[in-house]
Amino acid sequence: MATWKKLSLLLSIVPILLLLAYGFKTNPREVPSPLVGRQAPPFAMAAFDGSSHTLEQHRGSPVVLNFWASWCFPACYEEAPHLEAAWQSYRDRGVVVIGVDIQDRDADAKVFIDRFKLSFPNGPDVQGKVSIDYGVYGVPETFFINRDGTIHYKHVGALDAKILKAKIEEML
Amino acid sequence: MQNGKRGKQSLVPTLLLMVFGIWVSVANAGSVEEQTLRLAAELRCPVCQNLSVADSPSEMATQMREVIHEKLKNGESPEQIRDYFVSRYGEWILLSPARQGFNWLAWLLPFVAIVGGFGIVVLTISRSIRRGRQSHGEPPPPSDPRYAGRLESELKEWER
Repeated sequence: MATWKKLSLLLSIVPILLLLAYGFKTNPREVPSPLVGRQAPPFAMAAFDGSSHTLEQHRGSPVVLNFWASWCFPACYEEAPHLEAAWQSYRDRGVVVIGVDIQDRDADAKVFIDRFKLSFPNGPDVQGKVSIDYGVYGVPETFFINRDGTIHYKHVGALDAKILKAKIEEML
Repeated sequence: MQNGKRGKQSLVPTLLLMVFGIWVSVANAGSVEEQTLRLAAELRCPVCQNLSVADSPSEMATQMREVIHEKLKNGESPEQIRDYFVSRYGEWILLSPARQGFNWLAWLLPFVAIVGGFGIVVLTISRSIRRGRQSHGEPPPPSDPRYAGRLESELKEWER
């Protein structure tokens, strides 16, 4: 085979191999968010218990903003007890946990809240405005918001106690 | 006379500007519903497999269409709305990558591949034609006398 043929074959194969190598190196579960490091979008939410919440009123406190749905099984069911435990452990240190129920029926959401005895504020995302504002792809997704309102970290998928503790401690 | 000439000279760019302005406004025209669908068709549905926000029946896509509709009604331009979704989801949300920076590679590479492929086909065909011409001009190589003799005898046998 002529040298130029070998060279052209090599030149066409090497970029493809490099691209594949890059693809294998990336984590398919990692969904990059352009919001990390930027100011969290403001929101106002009427919780199921009748209270109302805005992000602005929690300025100065680290906020754990969790997007969930009652139909999100098993991930949302797995993380719900950990969220409640984190809320109980850190509420005295000023940490706020807020749940945003998306694309759900209110009755189903209330059953979910009762089942896991969630005492932190949870409310429906009417018309999906909050989830779209936060660039949510699916549930569960959780945003850790610093005291100054910047997004510290975004977690896609079910949270566990270890991640919750680590990320909250980083914000405190 | 000179004034008239100058007037005509300044009229041309003015007319061109007017035509361009009309063309731009026609391109962006249409009812809010039409503009909503046009913009939704440019956005990727986050919960679907390769479906645009306009084509997807999912609840999230419906909500996104409502957001686009509301923003258009509030006077936001399509560009601003596109930027809003990019600021929330990243460039991933655009079905066609923006024509800038590294993205130009995605736009130009298919054309480079087509032109390159066409060049290779033309080169291969012209080479084979040249080879064919060369082989027609040259006398055929001498055949092996053993095969020639065998062929001769088999042909004679077949004729009988």
